[in-house]
Amino acid sequence: MSERLLARAAIYGALTLFAAFYLVPLAVVMLNSVRSTEDINHSSVIGLPSVYVWGNFAHTWSSYCIAEHCTGIQPYFWNSLRMVIPATVISTLLGALNGYSLALWRFRGDTLVFGIITLGVFLPEQMKLVPWAIVLRDLGLFNTISGLVLIHVIQGISFTTLFCRNYYVSIPADLLKAARIDGAGFFRIFWRIVLPLSPPILIVTVIWQFTGIWNEFLYGVTFSTGENQPVTAALIALSAQISQAPQYGQQSAAVLMAAAPTLLVYLFGGRYFVRGLTSGAVK
Amino acid sequence: MSALTIRNVSKHYGPLPVLKDINLEIDSGEFTILVGPSGCGKSTLLNIISGLDTASEGMIEIGGRPMNGVAAKDRNIAMVFQSYALYPSMTVRRNMTFGMECRKVPKQQQAEILDRVARLLQIEALLDRKPSQLSGGQRQRVAMGRALVRDPLLFLFDEPLSNLDAKLRVEMRMEIKRLHQRLGSTIVYVTHDQIEAMTLASRIAVMHQGVVQQFADPDTVYNRPANLFVARFMGAPPMNTLAARLEMVDGAVVAVMGQGETAVRLPAPDVAQTWAGREVVLGIRPECITEPTRHFSDAPGTTVTVAAPVEMTEPTGAETIVVLRLGGEQALGRVAPDIRLTMGETARFAVDTRKICLFDPISEGRIA
Amino acid sequence: MMAWRQRWDRILPHLVIWPPLLVSCAYVLVFSVWTTWVSFTRSTLLPDYSWAGVRNYTAMLASRNWQIAFTNLFIYGACFVVLAMAVGLLLAVLIDQRIRGENLFRTIFLYPIAVSFVVTGTVWGWLFNPSIGVQKLVHDLGWTSFRFDWVIDRNMAIYTIVVAAVWHGSGFAMALFLAGLRSVDADLVKAAQIDGAGAWRIYTRVVLPTIGPIFVAVLVMLLQFAIKTYDLVVALTAGGPGLASTLPALVVYDFMFQRGELGRGAAAAVMLLGSLTVVLIPYAGFRAWQNRRGAARV
Repeated sequence: MSERLLARAAIYGALTLFAAFYLVPLAVVMLNSVRSTEDINHSSVIGLPSVYVWGNFAHTWSSYCIAEHCTGIQPYFWNSLRMVIPATVISTLLGALNGYSLALWRFRGDTLVFGIITLGVFLPEQMKLVPWAIVLRDLGLFNTISGLVLIHVIQGISFTTLFCRNYYVSIPADLLKAARIDGAGFFRIFWRIVLPLSPPILIVTVIWQFTGIWNEFLYGVTFSTGENQPVTAALIALSAQISQAPQYGQQSAAVLMAAAPTLLVYLFGGRYFVRGLTSGAVK
Repeated sequence: MSALTIRNVSKHYGPLPVLKDINLEIDSGEFTILVGPSGCGKSTLLNIISGLDTASEGMIEIGGRPMNGVAAKDRNIAMVFQSYALYPSMTVRRNMTFGMECRKVPKQQQAEILDRVARLLQIEALLDRKPSQLSGGQRQRVAMGRALVRDPLLFLFDEPLSNLDAKLRVEMRMEIKRLHQRLGSTIVYVTHDQIEAMTLASRIAVMHQGVVQQFADPDTVYNRPANLFVARFMGAPPMNTLAARLEMVDGAVVAVMGQGETAVRLPAPDVAQTWAGREVVLGIRPECITEPTRHFSDAPGTTVTVAAPVEMTEPTGAETIVVLRLGGEQALGRVAPDIRLTMGETARFAVDTRKICLFDPISEGRIA
Repeated sequence: MMAWRQRWDRILPHLVIWPPLLVSCAYVLVFSVWTTWVSFTRSTLLPDYSWAGVRNYTAMLASRNWQIAFTNLFIYGACFVVLAMAVGLLLAVLIDQRIRGENLFRTIFLYPIAVSFVVTGTVWGWLFNPSIGVQKLVHDLGWTSFRFDWVIDRNMAIYTIVVAAVWHGSGFAMALFLAGLRSVDADLVKAAQIDGAGAWRIYTRVVLPTIGPIFVAVLVMLLQFAIKTYDLVVALTAGGPGLASTLPALVVYDFMFQRGELGRGAAAAVMLLGSLTVVLIPYAGFRAWQNRRGAARV
């Protein structure tokens, strides 16, 4: 019996140690965001605040200077939001439609089409950078939010199609046959029968797309400059600038605000994300 | 009037043939069953009738109208699926009215039809539930209800009872039969269960390897199977098929099984005269080998008694299945449950010779 | 009128399905072909379509940047994949022991995947920074000879990337492993228990072999992620000190956009894709084999 108790203690001990390792960065950012620069410079980034400085948030949000623009991270945050919402919604809808036609309306060459689209998931960004630059230039979308939305929609379709198609193949074929005999067409079946079955996978694709696009850096920094950059690019600009005179308190506040949307999405939807991911998306 | 005509229908996936030149003529009000082992093509044929699949060659007529190029929804048919295929996100009510909604039937009329069918199937209390809240039997009823609201020319059933447990299956089987008698609708019903075929059908099409082996009423299929496949497929336990040799004895045909002392001789139908002196396969149903006190008919020679060693007995309660040796070959008999038989000993059995069938061992077709 | 409507009903779905399907196919094909083609041209600052043969490839392969970056990729890829899988599996097995607070632990282990690499790199950069991070903390506590300066050490800098990447990716591995463990038939475990197998033997001999396909899936996902790693390095070490922690993805960007050597950058990108293919082709083969075996069993 005591051996069993020892084993349980070892399990909880190990889990707690790992939990501490995972939580350190979050704790560091949260604590530093309410510390003063002098306080941090005097000790280290790991420590409790000697005095609480709440002004860091307001300052980095609206008046901190990044690359000579003293607007805080606010405009970049809104840029990211204006990019992530349309890109997530559109790529998810198109992915659902693609997945639906690939999984349930088999046609000649459908596996080839699916194979090519899935390749897009694995294609490294660096293969696509220059072509995207040319496409954006020709469409006049260079240095615009719309340009970034376009990129994320088209690249996102690969992921959303993969997820949705793998989920939809498990819908019984008889269901579709019954609907066809009932007289429902392509769109009515999608709208009335397939979509109502989709919430588990749509949650996965929305969370995946939202976090992926929000956190994306390479395209943001390559295809937009100055005030049109998303928040990830602004964070890098901010830390590059700060390296001369470190201001970890304000930077922590910026990091926390920039990470907040995805953390919140994950905190509320993470449970469904894992469930959906393992139920259909990863096979 | 012919409700459904299937003419020269073939289907192949690439080089792989699934259906070979199927011809069936089904009358209005008939309950037709397509039966066969899995992979025989029966479900493919049903899908072609429904318009969910297309034939490689041949044509389908429903109610006298050729159906080439007509979509499933426009064929005026209704289908019940093995998995029931109830729309999971809709209530029972929605499930049943969805087809009418697609065909733009006025709301008032939808309600009336729904009402009538729900009452007929006694599912009024379930109308606002989701399929996940129903038991297997209830789902089955709803699936039938969805078909019945349409009042189609043709009902198609794709193994509708195979997902139910044994007891429920028997109940639903009777219910389907009752519904058919009451509504007089034309039904094409696919199953791999030969008991379902025997109990429900007005005519049975036995299929094997994409070919209709026999298309006839249940009695004919059971007692006069067209070939060895049908003989062995229909009936549980199946018909005994034993190697035999035909001989002419005093102007009568006799089938001899085995050699020397253990040889068994049974009178064979006269029409097999031309086969005298040749090897045949003798088919006899287990219920035609039974306890020696039985007397099948007053006509002379219809009941013959043979001696056979008993290898094993399987009491089922209502009767006992006997494994015995007839002229060296293993055969099954069925005797009353109160008959006591000892394993290893030789006992006497009465054989009903009227039901004996003979088959050509090469072509496997029936000779007599 | 009726016929027209019917035809329209038949055509409309195609009008809706095909554009996104074709665009997503075309983008994959056209972009890869274009970049591959440019890698064989004399392009410098702008695309220049005159043929250059394999010159860009030989130049890249001979360049010090590329050699260092690829060596780093091997070290980083191997360490990251092994550690992330080991940690992920360990955590999954621990969580699978019917523990209290499973949801809490799972959330803690998984939240890093919601955090961007930019943030991950920035914060780990602070922790590794000797003048402000862990080393400073330990010094302040009184142990002044303590050294933890990987981030400015040429030989150790690449391992800071490994630590941050493991922190970010192991939770994801854990989630997939856990799902795999939960999908193992409970009767199988019961049978093993009746056979007298202990917990260790049940895991190593019964449970883990049945989730073999999940191992392969996790391995492939982590490997392709390692090959593509870019932002994490930019935020954490910017490839430094010197080139000590640079990776192929950084070299590609450097050549394409900072040095104006489009052709060479493209050649490097194609080789990056090549190394991904080396990972993916065996995987595709494995999946095909698995499907065939699955089909044969049914």
